[in-house]
Amino acid sequence: MSQPVPAGPHPTLRFTQTDGQLTASLSGSWVTGQSLPTPEGLVSGIVQGRPERVVIEVDDLSGWDSRLIGFLDQVGRAARQVGATPDWSGLPGGVQRLLALASAVPERTDARRDGIQTTTLEAVGRRTISATHRGGDALAFLGEVILGFGRFFRGKARYRPTDLWLLFQEAGMGALGVVSLINILIGMILAFVGASQLQAYGASIYVADLVAIAVVRDMAAIMTAIVMSGRSGAAYAAALGTMNSNQEIDALRTLGISPIEFLVIPRVLALTLMLPLLTIYADVVGIIGGAFVADTMLGTSLKLYLQQTWSALSPKLLLGGLFKATTYGLLVGLAGTYQGLRSGRSAAGVGDATTRAVVASIILIISAAGAYAVLFYAFGW
Amino acid sequence: MAFGSYVLMRDLTFDVNRGDVFVIMGGSGSGKSTLLRHMIGLLEPAAGSIWYGDVNFTAADPGERERFLRRIGILYQTGGLWSSMTLAENIALPLQEFTDLSKREISELVSLKLALVGLRGFEEYYPSEISGGMQKRAGLARAMALDPEFLFFDEPSAGLDPISSRRLDDLILELRESLGATIVVVTHELDSIFTIGTNSVFLDPESRTMIASGPPTALRDHSQDPRVRRFLHRGEEA
Repeated sequence: MSQPVPAGPHPTLRFTQTDGQLTASLSGSWVTGQSLPTPEGLVSGIVQGRPERVVIEVDDLSGWDSRLIGFLDQVGRAARQVGATPDWSGLPGGVQRLLALASAVPERTDARRDGIQTTTLEAVGRRTISATHRGGDALAFLGEVILGFGRFFRGKARYRPTDLWLLFQEAGMGALGVVSLINILIGMILAFVGASQLQAYGASIYVADLVAIAVVRDMAAIMTAIVMSGRSGAAYAAALGTMNSNQEIDALRTLGISPIEFLVIPRVLALTLMLPLLTIYADVVGIIGGAFVADTMLGTSLKLYLQQTWSALSPKLLLGGLFKATTYGLLVGLAGTYQGLRSGRSAAGVGDATTRAVVASIILIISAAGAYAVLFYAFGW
Repeated sequence: MAFGSYVLMRDLTFDVNRGDVFVIMGGSGSGKSTLLRHMIGLLEPAAGSIWYGDVNFTAADPGERERFLRRIGILYQTGGLWSSMTLAENIALPLQEFTDLSKREISELVSLKLALVGLRGFEEYYPSEISGGMQKRAGLARAMALDPEFLFFDEPSAGLDPISSRRLDDLILELRESLGATIVVVTHELDSIFTIGTNSVFLDPESRTMIASGPPTALRDHSQDPRVRRFLHRGEEA
């Protein structure tokens, strides 16, 4: 600490006890890198002998750092516990001052957390209560968003129209590249998978039906929504989480501006409106992917493939896919903004919020897709 | 000091003596924190060099610089504690990375460092669970983890109440006395400047250079420069 001595005389400790006084003598170099005596021997000598005074002396101490202070700090605490007074007066001035500093503020014993044991039952109870609170909180958020949308459509919401347009652009045009890549690959994969089965029956042409129906009914909307959950949903959670930790959201609230109207509604609206548009584009790109495989690998003529695709599609199918996409957009927007607003006020909190936003979005998308599959089947849509 | 073609400060030449509490002072936006960031290698000077003893820190190769940085402890303006780690983990990290100490020895040292800043018992708390003043003190405990020879403090009293601020000043003085460390402080808190500073440099954003150096009390009482006198007398002409 004062003058580091990396190597030096071996540190030694000797102690004797006479007439209610324990005297310990330290010598050598007490620095990090040396093999230091442990305090246990001296501490147990204090606990068993219960001296009235513990005197520490130095005999040719050639160097010291925090390790010596740590050693003496433990000895001092042991001495005080048995009612003995530690006497540091034989130590170098710097050591004495640091020991005084270390014991200047008594430990807040009620602050200590280690040693608190919880039973499994208690843990389950705590988790249940916490899950109930979270559920209630999510419902309250949903209620606020519905009210916010009400104000928005009545033209009473406070938000910046420029922000809204930027968000539209970011969630729409900005996503075209990644949406193209993912959906063209999905169209190609579906065509490959279908062809490998249908070719065996000489029904290769039905690859067009398979790709068209799968893409337009479900896959385009699902894949685009998953891409948007990683792209925009995560970005919303991170942005709002950082705003939360910078007290920017508090600043909005204290100005009387609802963060739901100012931040949440524009983002949810951007995703809800842009996702169906992106899905129309994804439908086209997915079909092109399938057609490419059919044309180059299966030898089906492009004209025939497109005619078959056209005959497989119906307005009902297209509208069903767009309806699903709209709801997925709503879910991704809500999950991202909710997690962002509820994020912890730290870097780790923002990271957690972003992860939770993406995980929640994907779970919501897939659950909704499952529910739609059953409902659409049951109602013959 | 420059950002691209924009020169923030030029012609800064000063010495920090071993054992000094050296104050970098100046008004808001004068580049105090930027100067500190240059001194600890977070920014590179556009021209000139920074020396520690006979080591040219600016020209040092990355390995040498890394070894040297272990002799430096830094308390950042907002504490700079890693939010995903407890206070104990924050302080333990440099000890785990740069020493051969056992888990138990590290835990004892962590407890000692927290005791030195009055936070014994808060080992398992996360930075977000304690107050701003406590975060500053925990940041100081982490800065001291490796028993540094040089301690850098960026606005240590910013955002603290007068009592916490005074306690931190006392702690800085106590550490200098006990550890013999050389301390560099960026601050514009006059009380702190006069309480702890033994030497200083005054940066002026208008002339983009240092316009005074020396012990803060001497500058307050004897500086010929009206800008320095005004600053050190809270805006009133001495």
